[in-house]
Amino acid sequence: MELAVFLLFAALAVASALVVVVHRNPVYSVMSLVVTLISLAALFVLLGAPLLAALQILVYTGAILVLFLFVIMLLNVGREAPGGGGGAGQRVGAAVAGLAFGGLLALAFWGRFGLLAGAPLHPVDVALKPLARALLSEYLLTFEMVGLLLLAAVIAATVLARRPEPGAREDA
Amino acid sequence: MIAPVSWYLLLSALLFSIGTLGALLRRNGITIFLSIELMLNSVNLSLVAYGRMLAERAGDAAAAIDGQILVFFVLAVAAAEAAVGLALFIAVYRLRRTIDIDRLNLMRW
Repeated sequence: MELAVFLLFAALAVASALVVVVHRNPVYSVMSLVVTLISLAALFVLLGAPLLAALQILVYTGAILVLFLFVIMLLNVGREAPGGGGGAGQRVGAAVAGLAFGGLLALAFWGRFGLLAGAPLHPVDVALKPLARALLSEYLLTFEMVGLLLLAAVIAATVLARRPEPGAREDA
Repeated sequence: MIAPVSWYLLLSALLFSIGTLGALLRRNGITIFLSIELMLNSVNLSLVAYGRMLAERAGDAAAAIDGQILVFFVLAVAAAEAAVGLALFIAVYRLRRTIDIDRLNLMRW
């Protein structure tokens, strides 16, 4: 039963990831990434991380991808013109490189664990309280540094995206 | 039956490869950015899977908590990176009126 759920969401994640990478229209890519992230959230629940699944849907799909959509619509990014890039040679090279890279990764896991080996994971959830306790005790310094990082990112994004001064000349 | 941990790791490797190919092959800057986010999420999946595996071997939940807190931080860093990257896109678009990376080649030798 749990295996069926895993296979369903894994297949959905891979299919929508392929759509993200292949589709010409960036809005469809963002929507497919939403599907991918929700399938990954379901896999997080299977792995015993329900809080992380909820955070992923709230933060990643609910905030970050919505920001992507805002920027796509602000900049009116259209469909990518077909036939760009290096042509057939680049596609063949990319296919070979992709297979080699993915194959190397899979081989590393296969050699380490065997294809069907590795402990089958029994569903035991990590509750909110131990997670919060660890976050604010053992990882307190990292927590504060990430807060500083977010502050820096907010300031940087605000400065980078503001309109130029009315008197400044825009080079086109 | 329960899925073994190597299956989660294989899925993570597959998603990471797909994301890498997308980041290398696409010309639209937004799609490249989305492929990078896909790579980050595949790493999140492998972090949670490894955390669970080590927690089961040890018998207590400490490793699982460590894995999930790492994912928490990766999520925050991805959010920061997305915000700054998109602001950069807006700034570049104001100047050059395009997001196509084949045309944003001022620094190419």
